Amino acid sequence: MLSHYTYFADISCLESLKWGKAPFTICGSMCGIISVIDRSGEPMNGSAIKNALSLMNERGNGEGAGYAVYGAYPDYADYYALHLFYDNLVEPKAIVEQELEKWGTIEVSEMIPTSEQPRLRREHIPWRYFYKPYPKSMGTAATEEDILIHIMNKINTEIPGALLFSTGKNIGIFKASGWPEDVAEFYRIQDYEGYQWLAHNRYPTNTSGWWGGAHPFNLLDWTVVHNGEITSYGTNRRYLESFGYKCTMYTDTEVVAYLTDLLARRHALPLELALKALAPPFWDEIDNMPENERQLNTTIRMAYGSALMNGPFAIVVANSEGIAGITDRIKLRPLVAAEAGERLYISSEEAAIRVMEQDLEHIWMPRAGEPVIGRVR
Amino acid sequence: MPIGSTPPKYRVRIDNDRCMLCEQCIENCPYGTFRKEGNKILVNSRACTGCHRCIAMCPRDAIDLEEKPVDYRSHPIWTREAREAIYNQARTGKIILAGMGNILEVPPIFDRLLLDACQVTNPSIDPLREPMELRTYIGKKPSKVEVATKPNGDIELLTHLAPNLKCETPIMIGHMSYGAISLNAQLSLARGAAAQGTFMGTGEGGLHKHLYPYQDHMIVQVASGRFGVDIDYLERGAAIEIKIGQGAKPGIGGHLPGEKVDESVSGTRMIPVSSDAISPAPHHDIYSIEDLAQLVRGLKEATEWKKPVFVKIAAVHNVAAIASGIARSSADAVVIDGFRGGTGAAPRVFRDHVGIPIEAAVAAVDEKLRHHGVRNEVSVIASGGIRDSADVTKTIALGADAVYIGTAALISLGCRVCGSCYRGLCPWGIATQRPDLVARLDPDIMWENVSNLINGWTLEIAELMGAAGINSIESLRGNRDRLRAYMLDENLMEVLDVKTVGAGA
Amino acid sequence: MAEKISIDAEGLHYTPLNQQIRAAVAAGAKEIVLDNVNGQRFIGNGLRGKDVRITINGVPGGDLGMFMSGPTCIVHANAEHAPGNTMDAGTIYIHGNAGDAVAHSMRGGEVYVKGNIGYRGGIHMKEYQDKKPVLVVGGRTRAFLGEYMAGGLLIVLGRGYTCPVDERGIGTGIHGGEIFIRGEVPEKHLGIGATKKPFTEKERELIRPYIKKYCIEFGIDDPSLFEDEYVRIGPASARPFAGKYTWE
Repeated sequence: MLSHYTYFADISCLESLKWGKAPFTICGSMCGIISVIDRSGEPMNGSAIKNALSLMNERGNGEGAGYAVYGAYPDYADYYALHLFYDNLVEPKAIVEQELEKWGTIEVSEMIPTSEQPRLRREHIPWRYFYKPYPKSMGTAATEEDILIHIMNKINTEIPGALLFSTGKNIGIFKASGWPEDVAEFYRIQDYEGYQWLAHNRYPTNTSGWWGGAHPFNLLDWTVVHNGEITSYGTNRRYLESFGYKCTMYTDTEVVAYLTDLLARRHALPLELALKALAPPFWDEIDNMPENERQLNTTIRMAYGSALMNGPFAIVVANSEGIAGITDRIKLRPLVAAEAGERLYISSEEAAIRVMEQDLEHIWMPRAGEPVIGRVR
Repeated sequence: MPIGSTPPKYRVRIDNDRCMLCEQCIENCPYGTFRKEGNKILVNSRACTGCHRCIAMCPRDAIDLEEKPVDYRSHPIWTREAREAIYNQARTGKIILAGMGNILEVPPIFDRLLLDACQVTNPSIDPLREPMELRTYIGKKPSKVEVATKPNGDIELLTHLAPNLKCETPIMIGHMSYGAISLNAQLSLARGAAAQGTFMGTGEGGLHKHLYPYQDHMIVQVASGRFGVDIDYLERGAAIEIKIGQGAKPGIGGHLPGEKVDESVSGTRMIPVSSDAISPAPHHDIYSIEDLAQLVRGLKEATEWKKPVFVKIAAVHNVAAIASGIARSSADAVVIDGFRGGTGAAPRVFRDHVGIPIEAAVAAVDEKLRHHGVRNEVSVIASGGIRDSADVTKTIALGADAVYIGTAALISLGCRVCGSCYRGLCPWGIATQRPDLVARLDPDIMWENVSNLINGWTLEIAELMGAAGINSIESLRGNRDRLRAYMLDENLMEVLDVKTVGAGA
Repeated sequence: MAEKISIDAEGLHYTPLNQQIRAAVAAGAKEIVLDNVNGQRFIGNGLRGKDVRITINGVPGGDLGMFMSGPTCIVHANAEHAPGNTMDAGTIYIHGNAGDAVAHSMRGGEVYVKGNIGYRGGIHMKEYQDKKPVLVVGGRTRAFLGEYMAGGLLIVLGRGYTCPVDERGIGTGIHGGEIFIRGEVPEKHLGIGATKKPFTEKERELIRPYIKKYCIEFGIDDPSLFEDEYVRIGPASARPFAGKYTWE
């Protein structure tokens, strides 16, 4: 169950504005996503997913790629792993560290190891901290997550030259503008291990790519990769705002994370139902269901009509307990799932999965709007 | 009266070469514009209201109509209307009543809003072959759904839905009372609405028994006069609407003049024949928001909480805060009627100068309800000057769940918007109770016009949604990102929360 | 189900209270006694049943008998605002005083108040064919009595007052029905469209049965209520505001 802890309310990350980029980035029609979970929790290194993502280079344009790995930092599993992009290591870094030390302690501060790639222009300096907030430092009611949200808000809106884009415990997000294999080599993705991987190969349409706009998109324990364009963004955004969320990342992808958080965590719906609310059955299908099912689906749809995501999309959303993939209601984007032993794969293309695993037991294309869920045992 | 007469509004001419003396014009004009003398049709142009009935019925196209054949010296401030109102009041010393909607010459905001469509980056959806959902539920929705998972994995639903109206299109027909319009007009509207799986309002005139077959598609109104309101009436309606105000005349009541209260109208309103039907300005059991809440609950209690209760208000300056109060009163929907809303009769000064446009009102109400986290608690129905499917689509994108149409539905029955409803002689059989005129409107034929209109608009909305890559009306609601402002000022764009044309995503 | 049942309304919300009343009526109860009523609104709201008597011990909340069609409610206490609101048929007896807008928009049935009522009593009462609403007030009333009245009878007995409606706006906009006031009515208190009319034996006979019902219910023996002169107020025309408007 993806349920406990993350808290997205009142988040406000004006990344793109502050970074002087054109606002609002959408993935567009041609992005590639791939994700894998080992349900026994067995770690996998990043070399396979790197090759798989590169196989889908036709789906990208070299303007953005990224990887998320759950279980990346077992030695610091109790710490929040904060990944930042710095423009330089003088001004912004000092201010960020001052802010961090106000609310907690920095256990480790280090440059994320990278190696130069001829085709990848180093626009920012990736940095990471392992961080622990002081308990109760923001008042007795505030949780650790509230503190992290405050810090993220502060850094991304008020500190020029710094962008905080990865805030999960034992989670690492590695992304940049470039082709998947270059981004992977840049971060030496093959050196990381984890039980759960999400990767994304981007073809931005409305704006040129920038590092912050690359996927995966992370907030605390949630991570999303997304292929498509959400035509209901305006509706979804206004709906979320009435629950205290602030959609200021200027990407339609963020609503996926917030909607999942709202339904699965705050409203405590089982994940299957939460995802059903995002891509519900059509009314004529609901009308013909058996009574109990009809009641349930009618209620879900009437209550969460504004959470319905319209337009073409295929997404994988994850937290530390598992991954879930889903497409839009009329299957305007592709999605393939496959199983091999403990591993569940979700991808835009079967071939990408086959790069990672020759011996698939079961491979299928999920029906439109039908979630595929893999949970850690 | 030493000023003499004002210039005629119309000049009617007969082309005697074309006229075949069939006398259709004489028969059709209840105002006495035409008469036959010898071998000629003679015309009294001053009697003409511009209703076009004679033109529509003339088999030879022999009638020519000219508006304002003699105009005043032109002046940008002292318009013809301004001058004639003064002549009228100098003569009578009274309040001027006028028909139909606002005539102020300001462009509708709708015309300054443009809709979006998909190109390349995502596919438009083809309503011919893909499912396209316009079904709209009007009523309270739960803000969250609670379920319990049973040991066997089955999911048990713990949340119970409040009663909602299920509309197959977001277009409903607003409240026009029996008395204000004829029974045949109401029958045509009701049957047309029912055929399209949508709803119409009774207005404050009670529910005539001939409408009982359509009662499941009717919203019964409770206005300040409480005409025709008893427990039977409340139980017959699919929903109940409390009318607080209307866009054409916010803040004041209404009078159905005694001469329109014939035997039949008196029966449905439950008042004596020829008695004025006076709807007081406020409800005298509602002097505050908690009183409104009490009436809402009173109606629900009377109908055992089985009917959604709507509250209709005129779009006034503080409409958002008022709607927010209504949302927290147990009401299931709030109806906002903009300043272009039509009427049979309203004081001219109210019709033209009180209230605000529906576009701004819907945007403000939607925003306020979201801000208070109660948007799901009520549906928002917008009305007042909605002319076509583009207006409907834009209204929904601004935040409404559905719209009421009034004048547009009457136009589908032949109304020419001549604005003489108050004369009670409507030649189209709509705003009249005179039996020979009412008989001109055959509900067994004309319901199809109403049904066709709603069907046509619904098809167009589906096309517009498909072009925008949206296949469910829920995803259009409040989706202001799919609107762009063209030549609107910055303040208004802020209220509407739309970007200018040319601005990207 | 027994013909007579009691319901303890202590701490009960009006919705379950009304549900219990409806269930009792549906099961054939004719006498329903509500004990410990205190502030529950909408009692008998929309209730049907011609020969049902509901005795209310305690102060009912507003809108008592709203939309009610048939039953009789007897209140052994004061009542709040708008008892008999938009009532269709039936009778309400209030052994005490009542608040504002008593019998608002009442279209049928009878409301008897032993003592005084507040503002806007009988506002917009209206009659149609055999439905003729009647409001009888034993004491005095406040301003705006019988405004917009479109039918029915409004009788003020003025017990203990020489000028029981000593306030403005009596019968403003009245266009049907009549108001009878026992006592003085200064001309200046009459609203627009209201006019005094001769009180003859015919009118005395018209109001007699209602005064009688009042006396029987509240146990009052006072022949002067039947013998005294009443001021009769009715509409000057059925179109009180016709002179206010002209057409465009």
